[in-house]
Amino acid sequence: MSASPLTLKIKGLRDSLLVTLPDGRWEELRGLLLNQIQERESFFRGARLALDVGPQALHVSDVSELRDALSEQGVALWAVLSDSPSTEKTAQLLGLATRLARPTPEVPRAPLETVEADKALWVDKTLRSGMRVEYPGHIVVLGDVNPGAEIVAGGSVIVWGRLRGMVHAGAEGNAAASVCALDLSPQQLRIAGEIALAPKQRKTPVPEIVRLKDGQLVAEPWHPDKH
Amino acid sequence: MSTVLTIGSGKGGVGKTTAVANLAVALAAAGEKVVCIDGDIGLRNLDVIMGLENRIVYDLVDVVEGRCRLRQAMIRDKHLPELYLIPAAQTRDKSAVSPSDMVRLCDELRGEYDWILIDSPAGIERGFKNAIAPADRVVVVTNPEVSAVRDADRVIGILEAEEKDTPSLVINRLNPAMVKRHDMLSADDVVDLLAVKVIGIVPEDDDVIVAANRGTPVALDPKSRAGQAFRNIAQRLKGVDVPFMALDDQGNLWQRLFAGRK
Ligand SMILES: Nc1ncnc2c1ncn2[C@@H]1O[C@H](COP(=O)(O)OP(=O)(O)OP(=O)(O)O)[C@@H](O)[C@H]1O
Ligand SMILES: [Mg+2]
Repeated sequence: MSASPLTLKIKGLRDSLLVTLPDGRWEELRGLLLNQIQERESFFRGARLALDVGPQALHVSDVSELRDALSEQGVALWAVLSDSPSTEKTAQLLGLATRLARPTPEVPRAPLETVEADKALWVDKTLRSGMRVEYPGHIVVLGDVNPGAEIVAGGSVIVWGRLRGMVHAGAEGNAAASVCALDLSPQQLRIAGEIALAPKQRKTPVPEIVRLKDGQLVAEPWHPDKH
Repeated sequence: MSTVLTIGSGKGGVGKTTAVANLAVALAAAGEKVVCIDGDIGLRNLDVIMGLENRIVYDLVDVVEGRCRLRQAMIRDKHLPELYLIPAAQTRDKSAVSPSDMVRLCDELRGEYDWILIDSPAGIERGFKNAIAPADRVVVVTNPEVSAVRDADRVIGILEAEEKDTPSLVINRLNPAMVKRHDMLSADDVVDLLAVKVIGIVPEDDDVIVAANRGTPVALDPKSRAGQAFRNIAQRLKGVDVPFMALDDQGNLWQRLFAGRK
């Protein structure tokens, strides 16, 4: 048996931990992992774990047994990454992910209680079709919001770019919320409970702001001296 | 140095397979060593467009599952000696192949070939993930049509999230007369929305369909406009700066057509 101590590589992902196993015998590595977790109980408890097993060829029983052992320690195994196709298949059979899908966009869905409504989320890229950003506070997008993309904010929405997707401001019922964009041509725009469908596309867009006035959505061009 | 180039689209039927076949023959005719892989398992048709259907003995799934060696599944093209096809399995589904299988397979081909072109299936599911896993570059094909552009946008977003390099775009089946009448999105409209680099604009051209049925991709026809467009894309892939065909030339196309009729 090799004398050099086996070590785990641990990396924090957005909402889980990625643990990479060194080379070695599976039984040994499994023991090492469970030991480490026991020793650093407070660090691991409640964690979601993605495990990179390298070239290990694992059977369904290996993985399911490990998953159970981990869950006894309060750790949820959600992904197994491997170079081995048979291990990948095994993981898939057990309903585990086999790739670290980077959720699009990389924006956390923050739980309501922890975010004050006047905080803002900064999104510094174009939101493409199929992407959805949801946040209890305000949302600022530095980029375009393409058709098929969605923004849902508890507060207001500012798009420094072209707003051509779906936007819902004041989603929790805040009628004081507003939406503004450099080019405002959304597929659908909502503030609190009011809905407006796509306005006509203008030849030369001007920055506009939409607010709720007497129960109606009103869009006005942005005049620096007026607001 | 080999480049693994995957062709994807999101929406079905926009011309992915047509693009793979034509870029493959255009690259091979320009002296490059090319392998194409049909990643559309269960619905294979790259072999048909390339006219190699009846030479298939083994397929991609046979390679992955170890029933044959990689070489045995590689079919040599009828016209071009440095062009090979690895066909898809007709009778299996996409789960027969994993992303890591595709990476391993391409690694085996790297070094020996200049280009490995992968035809991806429509959609953004498993088959698409398989096709992009080994890709160094991705070309997204779209039509000048709202729904196709929407899906292309989606695919580009996924590629960005997968940390692939920004793909380049082929706008296929552009009909300049319709664009002129404002009945079709223009290339500018498409680029305005997708904000990626355009590597080619291929006109709508009946020759494409005729050629596909004959199993001789249109890029081999020196007179075809779509063929020329594909040959230009192949040059641009190689890094050669080829000017875009002027759209107004299309006027000449109609003149040519009518001239031919007399
Ligand atoms: N430039 C063109 N002009 C005319 N017809 C075309 C052109 N490009 C493609 N086509 C035709 O469109 C049809 C669909 O093309 P193709 O099979 O290449 O699409 P695809 O994206 O691979 O489809 P799928 O998603 O089903 O795999 C074919 O009949 C093809 O001949
Ligand atoms: Mg196809």
